Amino acid sequence: MQAQFPLIPEQASNFAPTVDLLMLFIVAICLFFAVAITAAVIYFFFKYERKHQTEIGVPIHGDTRLETAWIVVPLVLAMAMFAWGAVVYVDFRHSPGDTLDIYVVGKQWMWKVQQPNGLKEINEVHLPVDRDVRLIMASEDVIHDFSVPAFRVKMDVVPGHYNTMWFRPTKAGRYRLYCSQYCGTNHAVMTGWITVMEQSDYAAWLSGSAGTEANPLVAGEKLFSERACVTCHLSDGKGRAPSLNGVYGGQVPLADGRTVTADDAYIRESILQPAAKIVAGYQPLMPSFQGQLTEEQITALIAYIKSLQNEPPPPTGAGVVTASGKK
Amino acid sequence: MDTPTSTHTATAPVYKIPGEHYLNSSYGIRSWLLTTDHKRIALLYLFSVTFFFFVGGIFATMIRIHLMTPQGFLVTPETYNKLFTMHGVAMIFFFLIPSIPAVLGNFLVPLMIGAKDLAFPKINLLSWYIYVIGGCFVLYSFSTGGLDTGWTFYTPLSSVYSNSAVTPAVLGIFINGFSSILTGLNFVVTIHTMRAPGMTWFRLPLFVWAQYATSIIFILGTPVIAITLLLVGLERMFHLGFFNPALGGDPILFQHLFWFYSHPAVYIMILPAMGVISEIIPTFARKPIFGYSFIAGSSIAIAVIGFFVWAHHMFLTGESVYAALAFSFLSYLVAIPSAVKVFNWTSTLYKGSISWDTPMLYALGFIGLFLIGGLTGLFLACLGLDIHIHDTYFVVAHFHYIMVGGAVMGYLGGIHFWWPKISGRMYPEFLARVSAIILFMGFNLTFFPQFILGYLGMPRRYHSYPPEFQVLNVMSTAGASILALGYLLPMMYLVWSLKYGTVTGPNPWPATGLEWKTDSPPPTENFLVTPEVTWEPYDYETRPDLELDHIVAGKLPAPAHGDD
Repeated sequence: MQAQFPLIPEQASNFAPTVDLLMLFIVAICLFFAVAITAAVIYFFFKYERKHQTEIGVPIHGDTRLETAWIVVPLVLAMAMFAWGAVVYVDFRHSPGDTLDIYVVGKQWMWKVQQPNGLKEINEVHLPVDRDVRLIMASEDVIHDFSVPAFRVKMDVVPGHYNTMWFRPTKAGRYRLYCSQYCGTNHAVMTGWITVMEQSDYAAWLSGSAGTEANPLVAGEKLFSERACVTCHLSDGKGRAPSLNGVYGGQVPLADGRTVTADDAYIRESILQPAAKIVAGYQPLMPSFQGQLTEEQITALIAYIKSLQNEPPPPTGAGVVTASGKK
Repeated sequence: MDTPTSTHTATAPVYKIPGEHYLNSSYGIRSWLLTTDHKRIALLYLFSVTFFFFVGGIFATMIRIHLMTPQGFLVTPETYNKLFTMHGVAMIFFFLIPSIPAVLGNFLVPLMIGAKDLAFPKINLLSWYIYVIGGCFVLYSFSTGGLDTGWTFYTPLSSVYSNSAVTPAVLGIFINGFSSILTGLNFVVTIHTMRAPGMTWFRLPLFVWAQYATSIIFILGTPVIAITLLLVGLERMFHLGFFNPALGGDPILFQHLFWFYSHPAVYIMILPAMGVISEIIPTFARKPIFGYSFIAGSSIAIAVIGFFVWAHHMFLTGESVYAALAFSFLSYLVAIPSAVKVFNWTSTLYKGSISWDTPMLYALGFIGLFLIGGLTGLFLACLGLDIHIHDTYFVVAHFHYIMVGGAVMGYLGGIHFWWPKISGRMYPEFLARVSAIILFMGFNLTFFPQFILGYLGMPRRYHSYPPEFQVLNVMSTAGASILALGYLLPMMYLVWSLKYGTVTGPNPWPATGLEWKTDSPPPTENFLVTPEVTWEPYDYETRPDLELDHIVAGKLPAPAHGDD
């Protein structure tokens, strides 16, 4: 139960207590300096108030030891704040393995959300308690920002690439969701609710509502043949483009010698800007699908490619024919 | 120089306004619009930045009235978005950035270093005209469709999606940029080449050091914002894909370019105010400033390090974790020189002879508000904490404490401090003290609740908000009404004092700078004889010429016999 005038929002995720403690630490340091300096200034004003017309102050020009002290001490404290803040941030930016992945698309002025089984929600997100959740977010127009104060998390949702963030809800309840990056006329009503449920309730909710929406996997498979992806990306690896079996989540060698992790962002880029990263042994033949697929279609394609993760990859060397230049 | 008519007593002498000075040396509208006198140009700027301050202030008033209820009852969402955008654009580009440099800096830099004018007087006039032309473009944008992109002009909202008058506004800011660049150039050349004999670098008033540091930022930073906003205009008009991802551009690139200038711009606003405070405190404590070289050096350090912190506005754009770590680290570094200044100001008060004159009250208010503004910057520089408070009212409160609590308090403190020099007359002391206190209280009531709102999660730029935030919003609006009174009062009594204020003579406080060695108001050529500086800055010990028993301000009894 919140007090009448709370100073902090509810703590409902793994990050909330950490961020609040960090806040308290910095507040304590800052309060100390603010009070000390204010007290000194006020004391000096009264203590050294001018007594008569021609009085002048005692000429003191400075003191190098003092200057050194008030450079070094604040620097040390500042570095402590920096280090603690960095630890929290690095944790926030690296999602753990085995997350519940939810796709989020921001558009003027609503949040479109897709659960792992394809169930779609608008301005509502249902989540299970005590489960690591990862949001994979894209924007269809301008920059938005997915912000949940009760979780102490937010992340910009930027057109042109995926941003992800993770957290673990720790308390069942309903929490406000805001768009925190100004996005035009109805920015202030691009809000919604996060509903955190007990895990069993979530499972029941998910199965009870499933089937009413197209499964992204099915939609993705359909798109994969409709858009003729399948004509080059043959599963046996004998096509003009690499087989996508077992690609997701693994390391992909590139033509320029680098390797890249096949995550959502990489696959998205490969669909929209195929020439950006060419797989070793293949020619840059694929056309760009920039502007031809909606964010939801891209999400569906990725879901399908992700489902091929556990398919056996073709034997090594199957695609090498093209590497020798003979197509 | 006029001489006091009374004899050597503790009562203030009666002064007369000198026969000829920069205000009456010539008459007519042409003599103002074609003037090359830095003091008249400063006054031209004073009128124009005051105009924009009131334009921005009216928008702010409407914003605060609108936010009294959760649903917002004054204007539509479209209009609200335009109000906060136009408030930001008017206040930042057309009031705060030019306020202290172009008004007080223009008036004082030549006087303080003992020069007759700036190095390039005609360019100085040109920069005012450029400012006015830029201002007209922006006013045209405001009055024909308004502007709803936020003052930050984030792409692709500004370059593709906004239906408001973005193009004239970005052109106006592009044009206005040249005004800043030329002013900065003028100051740098003037300070390097036109110092009076004996005015060495380490005898320069700290206000001049602050103007020098600011000028560096003007020259190095402004071209970047100018060209960036021009690119936004080109993307809007000709669909060139710089920032729009649909055309192959990168919206985050815009943020890098924008903040590369706009973060240093914060220092453009605060550094000159720090310079003002560094003048006021030694004058009203009547002793040399503590740690002169550390205060001077910290201005330069802020100007330089300030160029390497820009991406701390972008911790949550998805930028690389390593970049975020570097920019957080550098943001903490830039806090240190600001802390050094505050410690030095405080130490200057120790064993001073302190008076409570209005400029000193503003300096006191500045220290209090800048402390809160600066310290809350440490919260935002903290990566882990920024995840939660980024883009909330915490940020709004923080930068208002710096820009209004810091820069505007410094500006008003400076206007009061040098008002006798500018006008030759004193403002009414009692009213001035009252309004300084009203400003301080109104400001805190307006913006302190916003820190709490921010931590509770209220995002900025919301025309409506959940009902649980109403109490704090109403407090903020109540504070804003007090704040408005605090701004209107000086406006009225300063105008009143032009005719009815006490004539002060050359050095009413008295202060130690060269600008106080000439008449008030000064003659057009500033000094009839080029002065020679033989004293150290803020030195009261060896300056019998200050005639402490002749001062006009803050009269006190003469020392008891045998004292001193």
